Amino acid sequence: MLLEVKNLHCMVDGKPILKGLDFKVGRGEVHAIMGPNGSGKSTFASVLAGNPKYEVTEGEVLYDGVNLLDMSIEDRARAGLFLGFQYPVEIPGVSMANFMRMAVNARREYLGEEPLSAADFLRLMRDKGAVVELDTKLTNRAVNEGFSGGEKKKNEIFQMAMLDPTLAILDETDSGLDIDALRIVANGVTKLKRPDNATIVITHYQRLLDYIVPDFVHVLYQGRIIHTGGKELALVLEEEGYDRIINEYNK
Amino acid sequence: MSEADKILDEVTGQEYKYGFVTDIDTDTIPKGLNEDIIRLISAKKNEPEWMTDLRLKAYRHWLTMTMPKWAHLDIPEIDYQDIIYYAAPRTKPKYESMDEVDPELVATFDKLGIPLEEQMALAGVAVDAVMDSVSVKTTYKDTLAELGIIFCSMSEAIAEYPDLVRKYLGSVVPYADNFFSALNMAVFSDGSFCYIPKGVRCPMELSTYFRINAAGTGQFERTLIVADEGAYVSYLEGCTAPQRDENQLHAAVVEIVVLKDAEVKYSTVQNWYPGDKEGKGGVYNFVTKRGLCRGENSRLSWTQVETGSAITWKYPSTILAGDNSVGEFYSVALTNNYQQADTGTKMIHLGRNTRSRIVSKGISAGRSQNSYRGLVKVGRKAAGARNYSQCDSLLIGDKCGAHTFPYIESENPGAIIEHEATTSKISEDQLLYCNQRCISTEDAVGLIVNGYAKEVLNKLPMEFAIEAQKLLSISLEGSVG
Repeated sequence: MLLEVKNLHCMVDGKPILKGLDFKVGRGEVHAIMGPNGSGKSTFASVLAGNPKYEVTEGEVLYDGVNLLDMSIEDRARAGLFLGFQYPVEIPGVSMANFMRMAVNARREYLGEEPLSAADFLRLMRDKGAVVELDTKLTNRAVNEGFSGGEKKKNEIFQMAMLDPTLAILDETDSGLDIDALRIVANGVTKLKRPDNATIVITHYQRLLDYIVPDFVHVLYQGRIIHTGGKELALVLEEEGYDRIINEYNK
Repeated sequence: MSEADKILDEVTGQEYKYGFVTDIDTDTIPKGLNEDIIRLISAKKNEPEWMTDLRLKAYRHWLTMTMPKWAHLDIPEIDYQDIIYYAAPRTKPKYESMDEVDPELVATFDKLGIPLEEQMALAGVAVDAVMDSVSVKTTYKDTLAELGIIFCSMSEAIAEYPDLVRKYLGSVVPYADNFFSALNMAVFSDGSFCYIPKGVRCPMELSTYFRINAAGTGQFERTLIVADEGAYVSYLEGCTAPQRDENQLHAAVVEIVVLKDAEVKYSTVQNWYPGDKEGKGGVYNFVTKRGLCRGENSRLSWTQVETGSAITWKYPSTILAGDNSVGEFYSVALTNNYQQADTGTKMIHLGRNTRSRIVSKGISAGRSQNSYRGLVKVGRKAAGARNYSQCDSLLIGDKCGAHTFPYIESENPGAIIEHEATTSKISEDQLLYCNQRCISTEDAVGLIVNGYAKEVLNKLPMEFAIEAQKLLSISLEGSVG
């Protein structure tokens, strides 16, 4: 197992959000997490990434056999955990090239690899930019500064391509995207799929799953996974909503 | 203390990295200040009588003055009789090659990461290294001499070019200008003199590394730069100082004269010892810097990166006297721990169609206080004058302070004066984003700060910009550019 989450509880501002979440991801798999607003989807992503706003009160998370909750945010990232943010922040004056070079070399250092030379790095930027049809001009601009919503999301997938993560978590990457951007983002994710890595896609909508075909679809509700199915579950949810599953669970 | 506070505390609680004392014999005179001391300084420097007289006049005027109190600074009482006013390295005054230079001195520069040889060879920088008041090394002089450019120590200039010095010394900053300019004229030990003749473009960056070394020695530098008609020069000044416990007073004066169609760029990276984490020790940096754009179409640009000193008190200013003259001021002032800074600029528009631009970026961390104070003044005859000012403040943590005191005085109704100001904090979301991209918090702070200061750093010559980026990072510890 690449990721094993057992009985995870967490609080934010004293309020419990996750209440005994169990979840497993194996290498080569794509998981989709769906669920109504406020069910804890983004919280789950944040807890995995290590956002200090969320306090884990109970449970265990093993990442590649190691206790993930003991690791710093940056070490989780360096160990191959990537979070595509729902709302990527702007960092004025810091060029994407500078930012990514520091990121990529920090990951390489952690893995015991030599830092990339300027030439190799620029080549990598160009190659990975092509994955999400990212305008090369964007990589010369400051991190997310003045980017449109679509550009920001493409930029997240571009960074994912640059960092080559083992486990990528995409938090509502499809929100605010028009159909073309959605296709580009989804194709990017699909291109990055390999037998030795895995992806967790958090989404509200079935439409993203037309492009990124999941192996498993989970329904998160009130801080727990209450139902798991195959890719066809997404279609069912799209048609009838969450009510039937929630009602069954409440029984 | 929350986790984020703890991290910020660690990142900003860094001690000064360049704290060491170079063990070079220094030739000092007794503590204290009186007319005999001034005569002694003048005599030690073999100065002509006119210079001795000028010093004495300045001293007598200084006695009638009191230290100004208007700055947003908390300055401990300074005992001017407890300062040694002159210290010179007790080595031979001149060197023909690097081999003759005191190896200790070379080692000091090495520790600072500014090997002279390398700079000479690679960067083509002529360095007039001022170490405790007397110039110990002047390079590239021959190359410059061919173009008629004079770049030497102030002492040498007084001896060799008395007419030029008498014409311009004190012409922009007269000794009676303020308390510290009077003190400086009375006791200045050395400094740099630079003259670019008519129509000459100085082919290299001129650079002086200042360094305070002898314990308890006040440092009083005097710099004079004259760009004759149509001339151009880019001048760099950079400083670091060794760690020590007692406060050190530094009251330098920089004067710049820019004649018709001439241009001067003056860049500073200042990193004097800021005191320890508790605010003990550190340099007092009370400097008067002023340029006069005397001729038509003249230009003067100040760029400064201020990270050091316990107290920084300075306003590099420009008097725009010539029609169509242009003044610029780009500044990054970073304060950490218990540092205080009250810095900014004055743009005095006297000529027609004069333009000025002010970009000030303050960064406050720890328990420091950082003030921008600026004056834009437009005289009656300055028709068509324009100014644009932008003052930004960045706060790191919640125990520091940022203040802005902009003054505008316009006597010409046609003048256009714009002022913009922002205050921001490094957000936890930005740090989280960087952390999630493998970047440590320390590096992230440096990255964000350098991004914020980029507009100013971009104005520095390349090698200096890199050094400045490093400084910002070291000053907040570990950050990167």
